[in-house]
Amino acid sequence: MSQLHRISRRTFLQLTGLSATFVLGTHIAPRTLAAAAPGSASARPNLFVAIDADGTVTLTFSRSEMGQGVRTGMPMILADELEADWSRVKIWQAPGDETKYDPPGKDAQNTDGSRSTRHGLQPMRELGAAAREVLEKAAAQKWGVDPGRVYAENHRLHLRDGNKSLDFGEVVEIAADIEVATGADAPKPKLKDPSKWRYIGKDMPNNNNFEMTTGAANFGADYTLPGMKIAVVARPPVYRGKLKSFDATEALKVPGVEQVIEIPGLADDQPAEYRALGGVAVVGRNTWSVMQGRAKLKIEWDSGPFTSHDSSTYDAELKTAARNPGTVIRKRGQGEAAFASAAKVVEAEYFVPYLAHAPMEPPVALVDANVRPVKVISPVQDPNQTRHYVAEVLGLQKTDVECTATLLGGAFGRKSKSDFACEAAYLSKAVGAPVRVQWSREDDIKHGFYHSVSAQYLKAGMDKDGKVVAWQQRVANPSIMALWNPGQEEVSDVEYGLGLIDLPFNAIPNLQLETGKTKTMIRVGWLRSVNNIQHAFAMHSFAHEMAVAAGRDPLEFMLELIGDADVMDLSKDGIDKYFGYLDSPEEYPISPKRLSNALRRVAKEAGYGQQLPAGHGIGLAAHRSFQSCVAAAVQVKVGTNGELWIPRVDVAIDCGRYVNPEGVRKQMEGSATFGNSIGRFSKITTTKGAVDQSNFNDYRVTRLSEGPLDIHVHIIEDYVNEPPCGVGEPGVPPYAPALLNAIYQATGKRIRSLPLPADLRTA
Amino acid sequence: MISVTVNGSAREFDGDPAMPILWFLRDELGLTGTKFGCGMALCGACTVHLDGTAVRACVTPVGAAAGKSITTIEGLHPEGNHPVQKAWRQINVPQCGYCQSGQIMQAASLLAANPKASDEEIIRGMDGNICRCGTYQRIFSAIKVAAQEM
Repeated sequence: MSQLHRISRRTFLQLTGLSATFVLGTHIAPRTLAAAAPGSASARPNLFVAIDADGTVTLTFSRSEMGQGVRTGMPMILADELEADWSRVKIWQAPGDETKYDPPGKDAQNTDGSRSTRHGLQPMRELGAAAREVLEKAAAQKWGVDPGRVYAENHRLHLRDGNKSLDFGEVVEIAADIEVATGADAPKPKLKDPSKWRYIGKDMPNNNNFEMTTGAANFGADYTLPGMKIAVVARPPVYRGKLKSFDATEALKVPGVEQVIEIPGLADDQPAEYRALGGVAVVGRNTWSVMQGRAKLKIEWDSGPFTSHDSSTYDAELKTAARNPGTVIRKRGQGEAAFASAAKVVEAEYFVPYLAHAPMEPPVALVDANVRPVKVISPVQDPNQTRHYVAEVLGLQKTDVECTATLLGGAFGRKSKSDFACEAAYLSKAVGAPVRVQWSREDDIKHGFYHSVSAQYLKAGMDKDGKVVAWQQRVANPSIMALWNPGQEEVSDVEYGLGLIDLPFNAIPNLQLETGKTKTMIRVGWLRSVNNIQHAFAMHSFAHEMAVAAGRDPLEFMLELIGDADVMDLSKDGIDKYFGYLDSPEEYPISPKRLSNALRRVAKEAGYGQQLPAGHGIGLAAHRSFQSCVAAAVQVKVGTNGELWIPRVDVAIDCGRYVNPEGVRKQMEGSATFGNSIGRFSKITTTKGAVDQSNFNDYRVTRLSEGPLDIHVHIIEDYVNEPPCGVGEPGVPPYAPALLNAIYQATGKRIRSLPLPADLRTA
Repeated sequence: MISVTVNGSAREFDGDPAMPILWFLRDELGLTGTKFGCGMALCGACTVHLDGTAVRACVTPVGAAAGKSITTIEGLHPEGNHPVQKAWRQINVPQCGYCQSGQIMQAASLLAANPKASDEEIIRGMDGNICRCGTYQRIFSAIKVAAQEM
């Protein structure tokens, strides 16, 4: 429920540094209002639309742009309801302040979870429409007519049944004095009928294309402050290792190196959360000098409690945990009896390694801790959490810290954790100057928040007709929650809520899903689509295995497993707590019908069922995540020397109401490539607690020659009047199982452990 | 003292000749369009032209550029309208945009040397430039569009 407030030009200028004659802000959630001091509502508004006397419209963008296109999509919504001309729109990046700039009122401006548009479409529409109504009233006043006789169209206000019209800029003086109804009971602005949408649902190119193709786009390391120093940090090679001693003599001899400073590590009883790991920082004039200086440090580390973290043994323990009974998180029917009477029982084990985010822009942060408010300029997904952790480092309040997200050079979840900003904050205070901390690629690969390694055990039974009668799936993986609760050995409902507890095979009468226990021995964190990666890989590969075991067509078999029910109600399987991507099941019911629809669509578009040349195969998978249903059809060609090509990929996405179809297509293309990296190349391992990989030579991601270059994206229109669903992440999970299923179709080889070998003959 | 030409202007540098061109451009000249991605010539985010040919600025020392001409993304075309840049916008290539300076510089060098590059030559020529967002399909298309104007 939006409540709208007009604020003064002066206030707007103070808040944004922009001049505009008419501005409109909003308060959304009641708790936001409560946070404002009594009577100060207009001094603490949210601000989303501002219009200048020359008609320039400035729209506030309050999320983080990391390549997902939301810096284009969100302003499109505002501009559409405002009836603004896109060519006269400017975008202003709001700093982190969830009391002002979080229109959904529940996301704290944290850009993750594929939720910006999902939660932002409605409030953005209301904000744009409310601003439009004020302009219409202003024109009515100027003409002395009833506001009902005025309508806005493409940046102009028109008199109905007359021949008068005015540009937006010509009414801003009057608009600035128009009272905007506020409070919960205020009438909602009238929204446009979707058939009248000018931008929503239409292709729009990326807003920053010109800057991004001319070198003018500014990312984290492109900002400077007067007197700024540059720093790199040597961190403990093993998680929770500690500094024993260091000798900086040689480092300090490097021209350009000015200081060597110890950053305190985590205290023994202190959860890692998003805090700095500690280490030794080399501070100086330029990046090259401090990098050379760091190489000359002589450091002795105390390796700490996790030297036994060795992938060779840890992975084996995980697999054992997955084989043994765990905590039952979903149970339907009586699996034991069904297995006992099944005509055929199939078992399999699946494995996905740790993964690193490896955004092309390594973490970087610029902080001036010597001013108030403290200034943080950094490519962060979550500026408000960043404020919190930076304040902690400096012994200040969150409100003493200002944080603005720059453009993010990729993030994929890595930049929702602000450890790099904490380092810069500590160093800035220590040296008394602004400091930019630059991470190298090696720092990024070796000190990440890794996607959780996982082992899974699956068992399914079928009757004599090849129908699945029972399905059991056990998952063991370290928990992200150990960042806050280091001793936690069980995954949380959030993690198993990502594609496991909501196993989509609704037609199976007996289900048992379990999670195992395991210790977390490294920083584990969110990575694009998170636990959906391993859950989808195992369940959709195993569904294909079952089809093969039953001697049935995989498509028909998968459609039968999913079924065509309107709703899969988890409460009927005794589940009273479902993460549900922070939405209500009423608004976003789990719909097997929509998932089946996506699968049918992708199969049709991919030409599934047609005769393929020898060595070719098409694999399918359909997965629901972040409320969207995405089905992938991957076609492979396997050479006689075990080489792999991907001649074509089809993706069908049902994301309900979409805003920018071009943006949706790009996210599906990118997700296929990201999934291709997971399926084929990427793997993080540890030896004696330290990460073995260091750069793109040994932490491999897809290169152009290895990626799909013929991706066809099919946006499903059937449910376009349903609420908007996520887009940034849900394209990732179905890709790897579809790829591996395709390899099986082409070669008869079943690969259950990622990434697959470079030479498929060795699989 | 090292003398180099950067985007047509004479520049001098009296620091460590071993400093990679990347840091000379970014930290000394403030030309931030050239990006740091790996520091080991593995990703191509730092690609610039040295006397017209693509090199990885993160491993090429300033000393090696003495007396030569460096072109960065900022200097590729005065209005940002090199055929490759225009094609990138026409095909709507960028997602996060971070690797695109390097991709564009690599593609411009590739097409300058071989305006009629075959699909295979494009794929091989661009294989050293990583895009983690996965814009490869559009990069591939955009190079073919640009080639028609070269």
